[in-house]
Amino acid sequence: MVRKKKIKAPATPKRLLKGAVKGSEYKREAFIAYAILILGYGFLQLGAGLGIIGHNLQGQFVPICVYVSLAISLNLVVGISGELSLGHAGFMAVGAFSGVVMARILETYISVSSVQLLLSMIFGALVAALAGLLIGIPILGLRGDYLAIVTLAFGEIVRNIMNVLYFGIDETGLRFAFNHTIPLADNSQRIITGAIGATGIRQKASFTAGIFLALFTLFIVLNIKNSKHGRAIMAIRDNRIAGESIGLDVKKFKLTAFVVSAGLAGMAGALFAQNYSTLAPIKFSFNTSVLILVFVVLGGIGNIWGGIIAAALLTILPEALRQFADYRMLTYAIVLILVMIATYNPTIKSTLQMRIHKVTSRIKKRRKETGKEVA
Amino acid sequence: MNMINSLISGLSLGSVYSIIALGYTMVYGISKMLNFAHGDIIMVGSYISFCLTTYVGMPGWAALIGAVAVCTVLGIVIERLAYRPLRGTGSLSVLITAIGVSYFLQNMALLVWGANPRVFKSLFKGLEPIRLAEGQIIITAESFFTIIVCVVIMVGLTLFVHKSKAGKAMRAVSEDNGAAQLMGINVNQSISLTFAIGSGLAAVAGVLMCSAYPVLMPTTGAMPGIKAFTAAVLGGIGSIPGAMVGGLILGTIEIFSRAYISTELSDAIVFACLVIVLLVKPTGLFGKKISEKV
Repeated sequence: MVRKKKIKAPATPKRLLKGAVKGSEYKREAFIAYAILILGYGFLQLGAGLGIIGHNLQGQFVPICVYVSLAISLNLVVGISGELSLGHAGFMAVGAFSGVVMARILETYISVSSVQLLLSMIFGALVAALAGLLIGIPILGLRGDYLAIVTLAFGEIVRNIMNVLYFGIDETGLRFAFNHTIPLADNSQRIITGAIGATGIRQKASFTAGIFLALFTLFIVLNIKNSKHGRAIMAIRDNRIAGESIGLDVKKFKLTAFVVSAGLAGMAGALFAQNYSTLAPIKFSFNTSVLILVFVVLGGIGNIWGGIIAAALLTILPEALRQFADYRMLTYAIVLILVMIATYNPTIKSTLQMRIHKVTSRIKKRRKETGKEVA
Repeated sequence: MNMINSLISGLSLGSVYSIIALGYTMVYGISKMLNFAHGDIIMVGSYISFCLTTYVGMPGWAALIGAVAVCTVLGIVIERLAYRPLRGTGSLSVLITAIGVSYFLQNMALLVWGANPRVFKSLFKGLEPIRLAEGQIIITAESFFTIIVCVVIMVGLTLFVHKSKAGKAMRAVSEDNGAAQLMGINVNQSISLTFAIGSGLAAVAGVLMCSAYPVLMPTTGAMPGIKAFTAAVLGGIGSIPGAMVGGLILGTIEIFSRAYISTELSDAIVFACLVIVLLVKPTGLFGKKISEKV
């Protein structure tokens, strides 16, 4: 029997935009990403239930989910839109603090804590998306490393303002001030106090809420990536001039990715904040932005499930290295450098690929041989 | 008079930023990478100088030379081990590696020197401040020498880059890597030389900075590093006079906003200025605008 070979049509821009080319690949990627999240949740939950996983690691469950969703949302900017952002923690901070304030207000109106959490997360996402829109409109005309430095500057500005921001609530309502304490009635509460940060937060975050956040983020990002919009964004990333020439509005598409990513980061921030009783602005420094970027790059830029794994592993790694005590962060740094060199160095990469190719071709050969025997 | 005093300390801080920014800009120009470990080389330089004066008992200038020597070697070694294997693989992977190096240096310093802040002995201890206008304007020896050193470095570096053979080779490599190689220029050597010069300058900047602000910790270099990077971008990254001017502007803005607006918000004001400048002039003050060809 002569088998007809399927001939793939060339990937013209029109076909790319219609999504006719890579449809199956997207499905595969989505399947792997969802599977990792759900299986990971199952295993960790099971491990915690059986008592295999210690308390230290259990305390990391919510941060893992938060960092996983941050890695996914940053991938939308760095991987899919192709812009280097060094201020993701800034959006996280905006979401975190506005979420905390919102949660405190809601406590008087709604009694169910999960609804409070949900609403405060949505509010955090909206405020962070607004911040993303405000910063995104002027700066997205910048190219490459200049854009990176402006996002870095944005992150630092946010942290600085948080350092002098005071927020309180009393009978007359909300009060806020910069740089000094605010006059409040007697039976009132301070929500945010400058460099000390938000205090007296009720801990509402749970592992389940975290995994829902990660799933939601993944759902949004994958849907954008697999839409006409997402393909336009990627076309612009791959060749800006070609994209412009077929009539794509570069700024609009880049802005969408940026704002959605900011909103998702804000949502993650709001959940992150409600995992602790106090939260200082220092938590959202440049180092945090860099940490999230490390997840994205280490997982493979644009590769969403790679980012998920990198985020989870690198959040656990410092915890797992605790027995090395003082050498913990040093080991982390060395591991980071070595992994980067091993994954990106052309010589090492090609030798690895050759090895893999040899193994797979051998397996294929064996399959063919055994198949013949059966026939 | 207060204004003039602020201006002088602003220029002095700005000079430090300029010297650090020169390292950033040269490295960016030649290898198109953001070297985030640069700030930590400042810290290492300061610690070396601190150790040489405190434990070995060297005079300040000898310790400075020692620090420069150690940092120069450190810069070359870092480039050789961490950055060269990744050359030509895209700027993001090198960026993350640089961040790894930065973590490494900080934690190494934490292990060797501990987390407690050390008090740095000023290089110019015992020198009288200069008083002008009947003692109303005070120029400390630290400010005076920092500004002088910065000017000397700037002039020397410009001459080196434009007149010497090695400097010309460096410019050629930063212009077009491949073509330079075809012209018989040793690209590896040029890049190593750039890292050596940048790191040596970082050591000088570290000693000058710690003379004026004498607290030394493993994280001392991080914030000045970021600000110097901002200065380099403000002036147009890749441009040597740009780094100089950017640094001076940034330092002056910082000191003025500390003195007249708010200490806590000074960093925010500095970064906001950068954003505004980039909005008006998207490639920085002295940056070249490269037009794209289709």
